[in-house]
Amino acid sequence: MAKNNKNYPINHIVGFALSIILTIVAAWTALSSGLPTMWIIIAIMVLAVIQAGIQLFMFMHITESGATNAPWNMIIHSAVIASIVIAGSLFTMSFGFTHDHGGGDHEGGSAPGEEEQQDTEHDGHEGH
Amino acid sequence: MQLDEFFVTGEPLIYAGMVAIAVVSAAIVFLLTYFKKWKWLWQEWLTTVDHKKIGVMYILVALAMIFRAGVDALMMRLQLAFPDMNFLNSQHYNEVFTTHGTIMIFFVAMPFLIGLMNVVVPLQIGARDFAFPYVNALSFWSLFFGAMLFNISFVIGGAPDTGWTNYAPQAGAVLNPGPGINFYLLGLQLSGIGTLATGINLMVTILRMRAPGITLFKMPIFSWSTLITSFIIVFAFPILTVALALMTVDRIFGSHFFTLAGEGLPMMWANLFWLWGHPEVYIVILPAFGIFSEIIATFARKQLFGYKTMVWAIILIAGLSFVVWVHHFFTMGAGAFVNSIFSITTMAIAVPTGVKIFNWLATLYKSKIIFPVPMLWSLAFIPSFTIGGVTGVMLGMAAADYQYHNTYFLVSHFHYVLIPGTVFASFAGLVFWYPKLFGHKLNEKIGKWAFWLFLIGFHVCFFPQYFLGLDGMARRVFTVGPEWFTLNFISTVGAFTMGLGFMVFVFGVIYSFRYSTRDLPGDDWQYGRTLEWATPTPVPKYNFATLPENVRTHDTLIDMKEDGETTFDEKKLESIHMPSYTGQPFIMMAILFFASFALVFEWITLAVIGLIATIVMMFIRSFDYDEGYHIEVDELRENERRARGLDDDRE
Ligand code: HEM
Ligand SMILES: [Cu+2]
Repeated sequence: MAKNNKNYPINHIVGFALSIILTIVAAWTALSSGLPTMWIIIAIMVLAVIQAGIQLFMFMHITESGATNAPWNMIIHSAVIASIVIAGSLFTMSFGFTHDHGGGDHEGGSAPGEEEQQDTEHDGHEGH
Repeated sequence: MQLDEFFVTGEPLIYAGMVAIAVVSAAIVFLLTYFKKWKWLWQEWLTTVDHKKIGVMYILVALAMIFRAGVDALMMRLQLAFPDMNFLNSQHYNEVFTTHGTIMIFFVAMPFLIGLMNVVVPLQIGARDFAFPYVNALSFWSLFFGAMLFNISFVIGGAPDTGWTNYAPQAGAVLNPGPGINFYLLGLQLSGIGTLATGINLMVTILRMRAPGITLFKMPIFSWSTLITSFIIVFAFPILTVALALMTVDRIFGSHFFTLAGEGLPMMWANLFWLWGHPEVYIVILPAFGIFSEIIATFARKQLFGYKTMVWAIILIAGLSFVVWVHHFFTMGAGAFVNSIFSITTMAIAVPTGVKIFNWLATLYKSKIIFPVPMLWSLAFIPSFTIGGVTGVMLGMAAADYQYHNTYFLVSHFHYVLIPGTVFASFAGLVFWYPKLFGHKLNEKIGKWAFWLFLIGFHVCFFPQYFLGLDGMARRVFTVGPEWFTLNFISTVGAFTMGLGFMVFVFGVIYSFRYSTRDLPGDDWQYGRTLEWATPTPVPKYNFATLPENVRTHDTLIDMKEDGETTFDEKKLESIHMPSYTGQPFIMMAILFFASFALVFEWITLAVIGLIATIVMMFIRSFDYDEGYHIEVDELRENERRARGLDDDRE
């Protein structure tokens, strides 16, 4: 149990405070830092990586070797799922849907196969 | 806010609902007071951390919710029975199909299966409880209060009306102001906490708390399916959590994740919803597969055919379930290439599913089958579910799906997988493990009546819907034209037959409570194969006085019988460490319920107060050093001897 650990609960409290601070910084960056969008995205991603590190080291005992290698298993599984979610969403949502309904032209970009998509998009709207 | 904005007014049916709620609540309060049962309720149930009692409460919630959502279903079928019926108006119809679908998935299918897992899994793997009993209680109360929050919407504030899929932008604040959709978002968010926690809890329990000798591949198949299901829960539910949170922020704080204005992406909702949603349908089917496997092997009185193949099939299905989600929106317009990929993955998932079907058939082949009620449900499952699977593959062909999508063909498909799959499994499992839950069996004769009524009703209700779909009847329409009359009418007759079947089932529960014998051996069906049947009935608090020593196969009890072993070896008795009961989970979730309720009405201050109170509760928990208590050897010996009839002075 964690109670036997001499760093308990200092580690946890520090980790907890750090995660909250990072979250606030991220929110501030997005809402009121006034940085260009690209830099906001980069900043948030960097903060996210730090956040993940804090979780792994301060809460999830990544340095402890227990009876099983369950943590590594879970990390790998989660990484796979996360890539499916992100890559999959980009893949399926990549047909250039925008809100630009002006002029009857839906497509902002020039996604391949544009013609078929235009007429089906209308179905999508009513159908749901 | 005026009172008449708070309560839903103007609908006779809803007034009837209010009266019913008032009467039932008053009756419960009266009965508890009259029989002086308040203390019993608190000490035995509301504060319990015992996995068996929590399981029972899950199942009670599921049964109550089946009733609620079943009434919704019958109301819809009544409205569709005759052309241009005037029973429900379009708005009310929308609300009814929304609550029906949402409740059936989240508050019937999930809690029913999780309830059975709660009771059975620790018993199957030789554990004394869940890894985290406190968290388990927390999970249950989160489900309970989530369900309450969602359910009160129809009398307070107004029910959500955008279907269980809750698609943006229809569900956004612009097109759908008012509290309705907030009830959906927060009700599911609240119960989702519990689902996720249960996923983790079960995973740890199964990975870390198996009795010595029960290696993963000597674990009963239901526990295997539970393990895989908990993996899917842990990986899929966060997607729903995030999607719900984003839409909540959209609606309450005016962000633009899924809105039409401000560069939002309404279709991203559909994408995220199904990224969770397809794994979700496997969350509710894999445990069902596990239940059927146990029951079929037990009553075919034969070892399950191809145990290892079954396990690998479950794992494969679980993996594939994460890469097929786009088949729910082929018509969204992602294009031929995207659709083709997901068409192929979708059809691939039918392969391991088919393997399982053949394994069940092979288990039955040349076996000496007996036909008690759980076996009837399981046997009926195989052909019925196969029809659902085959039509699933038809839907999976993207080009063809442009015809089937959002018609009654689709409606029929998912009822053909969910009812013979999840619902039959829940009933079968409940009847099968009933003695372990309640200490007596259900009446067989009444059970058979319920089964046949429900089975025939099911096919009469849903088979015609395939043809209605092919005839072009769209899903979620609230009136039908004369050309669809006959099939719709037949379907409604079937629906009411199912309703009757359910009532007979409930009657059987009450009847058996009064008349069934309490004098049962631990192996209540005589052909039990797995460890849960080694415990006495009713199961003692601590489950196992001692654990088996010589586990050779996944049919642990069969091995034990060969060796003359029981779970009561007087020489090996040691005192057992038990967790204390606690009221904290109930209180914490009750507070979150009020916070969520406030957020539904966008009363931000109240919601913040509720959240702070929750955090206070978490602090209290963090500094709570309750070490539990011990059951001593003497007490264990006396208890086991009495339960196993080893003493002469047995009552
Ligand atoms: C052989 C396996 C299966 C295949 C190939 C399959 C395929 C599909 C496809 C392609 C759709 C979307 C059709 C459309 O929207 O036009 C669908 C919908 C659905 N399926 Fe399946 N399915 C299978 C098994 C299952 C199982 C086991 C369940 C649940 C127990 C299930 C539950 C559902 C539900 C709930 C929907 C409809 C959701 C909605 O739109 O509200 N399916 N299925
Ligand atoms: Cu699907």
